[in-house]
Amino acid sequence: MDKPQFVYVTYIATTPEKLWNALIDAKMTRKYWQHENISDWKPGSKWEHRGFDKERTLKVVGKVIESSPPRRLVLTWAFPADEAREEKHTRVTFEIEPLGEVVRLTVTHDRLEPESEMLKRITLGWPKVLSSLKSLLEVGRPLPELW
Amino acid sequence: MTGKYLLAYNISMEMDGVFKALADPTRRRLLDQLHSNNGQTLGDLCRNLNMTRQAVSQHLVRLENANLVATVWRGREKLHYLNPVPIHEIYERWIEKYEEQHLRALRDLKKRAERR
Repeated sequence: MDKPQFVYVTYIATTPEKLWNALIDAKMTRKYWQHENISDWKPGSKWEHRGFDKERTLKVVGKVIESSPPRRLVLTWAFPADEAREEKHTRVTFEIEPLGEVVRLTVTHDRLEPESEMLKRITLGWPKVLSSLKSLLEVGRPLPELW
Repeated sequence: MTGKYLLAYNISMEMDGVFKALADPTRRRLLDQLHSNNGQTLGDLCRNLNMTRQAVSQHLVRLENANLVATVWRGREKLHYLNPVPIHEIYERWIEKYEEQHLRALRDLKKRAERR
C-alpha cells in the first residue's frame, strides 16, 4: 500500500453537496482556484485543469479514477507534457465527511517523485487553494490573487 | 449567536487553537520533524525526542485538535502529517500579496548573514 506523501485537511461550514460542486464546477473553481476544472467526472474520463487566460493554458491533466458524489473523488494528476507517461502521473484523493455543522475535506496527494517540479508546486499550492475555497464557501469571498 | 456572527466566532476560536498549539517548543519540534519527513508514526516521532510515548502522544492530540496535524491510518499504523492549511489562513489575514516579495528578500538576507 502506498504511503500518502501529503495530507491536507480543512473544516468548512458548508454542506457536502456544495463542497462537491465547488470541486467539479468550472465556474466555482475559477472563483477560488483561478483555474477551471473540466470533465464529465465519470470514472475513466479525462479531466483538465485550465487557466482562464486568453490561451486557456492547460496546466494539469489526468483521469477520473473514482467519483462517488458527494463523498469521494480520486483523480490522476500530471503535467500535460507527461500525459502519455503514466509512470509520471501522481494521484489526488478528495474525501468529504459531514461533521454536524461543518464538513471535513481531506486532500491526499501521493505518487509524487522526490524533488520533482510537481512536488514543489503542490506543496505551495494546496494550502492556498484550500484556504481560498474555505473563504469562498464561508464568507462568499475567495482569496485575492492566488498565483 | 447566529449566522455571520457565529461564523466569525468560530473562525476566531480556530485561530486561538492554532496559536495555543504553537505556543510550545515541543509541539513546534514535532511539526519541524513532520516538515522534514512527513507521515510518521508515534514510534518514529518518539525516537527523535527524549520524551515518553505518552507525553508525545498528548502533544500530538493538541496539534491534531488545532488541525495542524492530520492523521491517516495505513493498516494498523497511524501516520501523522503536517497540515499547513490553518497557518496559511493566518498568513493570508495579515500579509498582502505585494508584501510577499519584500519579506522573502528580507528572509534571504537574514539567512545569508547568519551563515557567515
